[in-house]
Amino acid sequence: MRVTQSNKFGFTINRSRLIDYDSSDRKVREYVTLREPSFRLCFACGGCTATCTAGQHTSFNLRRMNTFIRRGEIEPLREEVKRCMLCGKCLLVCPRGVNTRNVVAAAAEAIVKLERNEL
Amino acid sequence: MKTMSAHIVVAGGGVAGMEAAGTLAGMGYRVTMIEKDDAPGGHLLQWHALFPDRRPADEVISHFRKHTEHPNLRIITGTTVEKVRNHGSGVLVSLSGGAEEQADAVIVATGFELFDAHRKEEYGYGIYDNVITSADLEAMFNRGLVAKADGSVPSRIGLVHCVGSRDEKVNNNHCSKVCCVTAVKQAIEIRKMLPSCEVFCFYMDMRMYGPYYEELYRESQEYHNVNFIRGKVSEASVNINNRLVIKVEDTLAGRPLKMELDIIVLMVGMEMAGAGMRLAEASGMKRGINRFLESTDHHYGNNLSGLRGVFYAGTCTAPMNITDTISHARAAVTETVKYLNSR
Amino acid sequence: MKPEGKKRIWAEYQKEIPDDHFFYVRSCIRQTFFAGSEQYFLKILRDDLGKDVYEDPRHTTCTGIGYHGDVVPFETIQAVVARHFALATEAGYKHIAISCVTSFGIYSEILETWKHFPETLERTRENLYKATGRTFDVPETISHTSDIIYKFRDQIARKAKYHLIDISTGEPLKVVEHIGCHYSKMFPKYGVGGAEFPHVLVGMVEAWGGDIIDYPERRHCCGFGFRQYLVQANRGYSLFATRKKFESMQPYRPDMIIANCPGCTMFMDRWQYTIREIDGITYGADGQGIPVLTYEEVAGLVLGYNPWELGLQYHNVQSLPLLRKMGIKADPSERFLAKDGSRLPEPENLING
Repeated sequence: MRVTQSNKFGFTINRSRLIDYDSSDRKVREYVTLREPSFRLCFACGGCTATCTAGQHTSFNLRRMNTFIRRGEIEPLREEVKRCMLCGKCLLVCPRGVNTRNVVAAAAEAIVKLERNEL
Repeated sequence: MKTMSAHIVVAGGGVAGMEAAGTLAGMGYRVTMIEKDDAPGGHLLQWHALFPDRRPADEVISHFRKHTEHPNLRIITGTTVEKVRNHGSGVLVSLSGGAEEQADAVIVATGFELFDAHRKEEYGYGIYDNVITSADLEAMFNRGLVAKADGSVPSRIGLVHCVGSRDEKVNNNHCSKVCCVTAVKQAIEIRKMLPSCEVFCFYMDMRMYGPYYEELYRESQEYHNVNFIRGKVSEASVNINNRLVIKVEDTLAGRPLKMELDIIVLMVGMEMAGAGMRLAEASGMKRGINRFLESTDHHYGNNLSGLRGVFYAGTCTAPMNITDTISHARAAVTETVKYLNSR
Repeated sequence: MKPEGKKRIWAEYQKEIPDDHFFYVRSCIRQTFFAGSEQYFLKILRDDLGKDVYEDPRHTTCTGIGYHGDVVPFETIQAVVARHFALATEAGYKHIAISCVTSFGIYSEILETWKHFPETLERTRENLYKATGRTFDVPETISHTSDIIYKFRDQIARKAKYHLIDISTGEPLKVVEHIGCHYSKMFPKYGVGGAEFPHVLVGMVEAWGGDIIDYPERRHCCGFGFRQYLVQANRGYSLFATRKKFESMQPYRPDMIIANCPGCTMFMDRWQYTIREIDGITYGADGQGIPVLTYEEVAGLVLGYNPWELGLQYHNVQSLPLLRKMGIKADPSERFLAKDGSRLPEPENLING
């Protein structure tokens, strides 16, 4: 381990894995829910993820992405949304009729808007 | 008809007891219903509205009041059945206070007790001001006001499922069945009463087993924006603003989650009632590992006690909703009449 | 917060703490890190309270650190603890007073194992006899030494020369209490007050005039661990947990922390220095550190003993602000004087200098 000025001890303080609901930002959730109200209906069965083309060879996981949007954990989303191929197979599978394809599109939009301070 | 003058004692005046007693009286039997509280009605008296359709509990209570108003039905309140034993061709029933009743048959309908939330110490019930139970919340609904202990309006409420159920730590491995749907019902009621208050349900599994329960769950998400987080709350504490803080794993995100809440509602489960346990001990009735009464066969003998002339009705055998309790009580009536006719 | 709710729980977790005649077993690390604590436990019990406490110089480590570090097997540690019981039996003592929370957890775990699996007790008797020729009686009680100070807290309060009160305002000091995980998390019934709302330190602090802070991360582990600090590269593990506690208690502006576990006291003290070096942050009021004291040190201050005799200067976070609040006059220039009056080298980087 490289010892730097801030790390003269040979160790640092571990990073938190906590989702702190009171400091996370749910603007993306609000935007996605407004653009695609069926987003509320996801009950995290994972059917979308099982059938997902992108999920077979990348980390893309729509079920988990929905959870992160709901909790306001934006950081993991930035890369995730780019991985969807928008094929729409998840739409066919969803037992709650969530317009999953539009959820991804709305999330991608929200992230662009967030970066432009438009949310 | 000789059997019609038969005397039947019903132990317990909750939903199962009232259904069984009223039905038997209507059929012409002499019935004595023994209720431990001042009036029959059981837990229903504490409930504001019922799942899945949020029907006022009062409607069902008035139904049962009418159902149990019958010249053949005598109601003894403030009394418990302490022991039953076979005596001659009938059953001798010992009551608290020393009185006895000679019966031809007995229906045990001693029901359940709500789990005592103090026992889950980590949630701080009885310590933190704004930790309440599902029953306490119904009382708030009855008063028409959901508020924090200091009277202020809550902006975020969390409902914790499985408190005292599915939990080895409190010696209850069983599922109480009705708490999931109760939570969803209460979440919707809070959202309707306080539209700006966020509501979260913390669940391990959503067990929406009854008719229209799953639909209610869907409705809560689609129209009422109720949030669901899959994970068992591990502890509650308060911060410097006297706001509750919970720890839970968001198991779908795979990460621990911390959240401040104004009110925590503990969805307390069902346990075998203490009076029923004493009666079972004294009378030699078998109980299962979940402490509820064990019938002779859980498929086709689930009203049979194994004691001659003694039958089981309702939640003294297992957690049940009101509909299933009524059906189980009617089945107990059928078994009782079949028994009396065969004597 | 409803205090009666806590009292309800405390009433359910009352353990038997004997009144007298203790067989004392020391900690491996406490004499180094809190140099006066064990000595003053003995002094307070013997001189202030008139109790009989017996020590046997043949007593050894319980090997708990090795056990939790995966290098000492359970059979071995049972034999080591059985040997301590044999020393107590030979000296005629039935009540064990344990200075260390790790040891206390080990003793609890072993006694519970013997209760539920009697064959393990028989095997331990056999192993000990083969190895040492000794036999032993299972003790009637085990107490952590914080249990014992807890039991006599009111007697100590009656002899108090100082109180946990800020003399400039008359207000109670705001105290954070921290219980070692192995004191009651493994077996809540062995801890006074149980695991969720332990009473052992709360009882002392309240008897001596202080107020307890109930902050959100009160029950969180200090981060000590075993493998986590033994391996240098893993220490971020431990450091993270401690920082989490400090961030949670900071808004309450605590005057001090009292702990009953060697590891917790040490890490909550030393990591304040490390966090200051890494993050530049201290968590006490006005940029100071928060003094972390053992319960013996607090009892010693209350009874009027000299803070430098109690060993408070050997903490990284110095107690001078606390002593000032309590009205205890102690000359900082005497902190590092040896017994013969010569001056010891002064440590660098002390907090609250």
